[in-house]
Amino acid sequence: MTEVTISPPQTLPVARRIDYFSEEATARVKSRYKAEARFRLMGAMAVGVAAFFVLFLMGDIIRKGLPAFTEHVITLTIPLDAAVIDPQGTRDVATLRAADYTAITREAFRALFPHVKDRRERRALDGLLSTGVPDDVRDAVLNDPSLIGRPYSARLLLSDDADLYFKGVGTKLLRASGTAPLQTSETGGDVTLSAPSPVFAPLLAEIKANATRLATASERELAKLQLSAGSGVSAALDAKRAELTTRIETLRKNVADAQAPERLDTSLASRLIAFQGGIIKLDEVAPARVTGKVILPLIPGKAINDWQIITYDTPETNRRLSDLEITWLEHLKAQGLVQSGFATRFFTNGDSREPELAGIRGALVGSALTLLVTLLLCLPIGVGAAVYLEEFAPKNRLTDILEVNINNLAAVPSIVFGLLGLAMFLNFFGLPRSAPLVGGLVLALLVLPTIIIASRAALKAVPPSIKEAALGVGASHQQAIFHHVLPLAMPGIMTGTIIGMAHALGETAPLLMIGMVAFIVEVPKGVVDAATVLPVQIYLWSDLPELAFQSKTAATIMVLLAFLIVMNGAAILLRRRFERRW
Amino acid sequence: MDISMEQPVDPLPGYKVIASHVNVRYGEKPALKDVSVNIPEKSVMAFIGPSGCGKSTFLRCLNRMNDTIPICKVEGEITIDGRSIYDPKLDVVLLRARVGMVFQKPNPFPKSIYENVAYGPRLHGHARTKAELDEIVIASLKRASLFEEVKDRLNDTGTSLSGGQQQRLCIARAIAVSPEVILMDEPCSALDPIATAKIEELIDELRANFTIVIVTHSMQQAARVSQRTAFFHLGTLVEEGETKQMFTNPKETKTQDYITGRFG
Repeated sequence: MTEVTISPPQTLPVARRIDYFSEEATARVKSRYKAEARFRLMGAMAVGVAAFFVLFLMGDIIRKGLPAFTEHVITLTIPLDAAVIDPQGTRDVATLRAADYTAITREAFRALFPHVKDRRERRALDGLLSTGVPDDVRDAVLNDPSLIGRPYSARLLLSDDADLYFKGVGTKLLRASGTAPLQTSETGGDVTLSAPSPVFAPLLAEIKANATRLATASERELAKLQLSAGSGVSAALDAKRAELTTRIETLRKNVADAQAPERLDTSLASRLIAFQGGIIKLDEVAPARVTGKVILPLIPGKAINDWQIITYDTPETNRRLSDLEITWLEHLKAQGLVQSGFATRFFTNGDSREPELAGIRGALVGSALTLLVTLLLCLPIGVGAAVYLEEFAPKNRLTDILEVNINNLAAVPSIVFGLLGLAMFLNFFGLPRSAPLVGGLVLALLVLPTIIIASRAALKAVPPSIKEAALGVGASHQQAIFHHVLPLAMPGIMTGTIIGMAHALGETAPLLMIGMVAFIVEVPKGVVDAATVLPVQIYLWSDLPELAFQSKTAATIMVLLAFLIVMNGAAILLRRRFERRW
Repeated sequence: MDISMEQPVDPLPGYKVIASHVNVRYGEKPALKDVSVNIPEKSVMAFIGPSGCGKSTFLRCLNRMNDTIPICKVEGEITIDGRSIYDPKLDVVLLRARVGMVFQKPNPFPKSIYENVAYGPRLHGHARTKAELDEIVIASLKRASLFEEVKDRLNDTGTSLSGGQQQRLCIARAIAVSPEVILMDEPCSALDPIATAKIEELIDELRANFTIVIVTHSMQQAARVSQRTAFFHLGTLVEEGETKQMFTNPKETKTQDYITGRFG
């Protein structure tokens, strides 16, 4: 046998001794430490900035959305007169349903303010309650006809403006008490309260300061208009300029003299006085005398030296509620009739044009149905495609092209799927517009590439030794895949599916294309009924003018985010729990 | 599909597996060159040789596990009981039930111990009732010398056992389908000496009923366990013969050099 010969080593250079403790080396170590510390600092700062943005966003949404979860009601005992509701006494459902609950509730509410006789004022009073109040009473009676003939302690929902007032939107209320005795005198419809000394001087000073501020603001506005004046810009601008000029003149004239009485108008903060159990809205204020109109009747005999000046800080022109309406609301509150409770109707009502009645039930059910259709479609198709591509497809050019296309589809903008759905499902197949069925189909197309990619990764992660073991025992390729590999890949597949579903839950653009953007009031009952979904509901409400819809929009965003967090949390939990079972 | 095959011709009685002029290529690279060997029944044959010499590749040819590797091309003839295993009419899956395999790293299914052993017989319909299946499982576990240790926890997962127990479970799984041949690819290389001893004892018991082919890195193991030995080197079968004779008086010098440890 041949000997293996190795040639003797050549002379190698002497190995270098490196001194790891020299100054140079220490300096290098120090600079490495500094570089690493800088990197850690940048990382911490990045996390900090991200956390700040997340907290800011969360805080803003929660702050805006929390008010939507409470509603204010008037607690009132309403007599449910049998003669009005069920004159024949048959307790027939149709009769009960057709009774005039509007009249019943209105009468009971108006009884709280017996002095309101003027037709317009009565309408304003009725407007404090929501238009859904008669329906609530009707539902109560239909649920329990034994209530008829007995006094019913009702919770009457306030209108959206009244509700917002009690939530702090509307105006600030300021009070200043006084103890000087006031003498009453009447002339025409006006009541004058005179005091022995100039007790109203501070109030007068406040009013004059208010007027001055208003004059200054008007002057600035006028200056801005005159800058943009030029010749004949428009008649409206000219009129505005003239109006502002007169206003400034009037204001400045009176303010000059500190003693001169001020007349109040709707452009200044409203001033009222609570006196002898009633409320007088002030029209003129002098240092020792105030004049105004009674808006809540005085009770003669009550103390004349216990009064309070009330200021509604926002001028009436800048508010939705008039002085009268606010006074009524405060009166109700003082009597303890106003209660706030959890707004369950946010979750049980469908959409409505009235903000206080609008709820997300329709959108919730629509989202649930749409996601159900999506899940039922893309789970079997996605997993099947992944198994085929991973295990059974021949490795040739065609499958390569397929793989590239699937990866590309995962990145296609979602609105393109909406266009596809519009062209194919609505126009070609003629499926019903706005239905969860079509929405589910479109979202299934959207989510399918994600599920296929995630499932393939999960299948690839199963160690081949399991498959070999199965083959070694005499299982066919198909049996080995379905009995062993697929069950082991299930956790990864489920994680991918849940993430895909969470993605689909928040999709808006494709659903807008297939028409799920209509104003749908009824809660959908099946997959072919017209419906809307949560993100679209958010989009629709964010566009509406009523102020109350703003908090509803934020509240719906909170609900949607809660669902997304729960779904993604479930995906992470699943992944952790089933991480390595082999 | 007509699965009837020609009647087998049995040229060499007493030999279970006969391989003639087997060549295996991985793409362009040749792995085995002109290997011919006869494996006698109801005995243990050992394949020895240095790393990369092709013994595992040849082993995997015997149950057509190389089919799962797309670039692997096998030429030549391999017959079991006179029937060629590369006959296109032969069902590969049934072949693998007749020729069981135990792998280097124990790979029990991540299912219960009972399920691990029961999967094969259930798949091939060897048991008609649950009672019969139970019998098969218990018999296989007993034969693999594992029953006493796991009889109280048949529902525990197979992966909760120690390495040696897992390998015995894999052997039990292999024999549960009543194979005729058992192929073992370095079954003890991942185990400690005590577990190894147990498995070698087991192999000795099993050869009464099965034809066993074992690939091993350890010559001492080959000497302990087998009746015949084949020495592979760089893809060729250098020498094959009775174990005693191979280790005391080999015919080829290469064999002599390997056994005495001059290389490998």
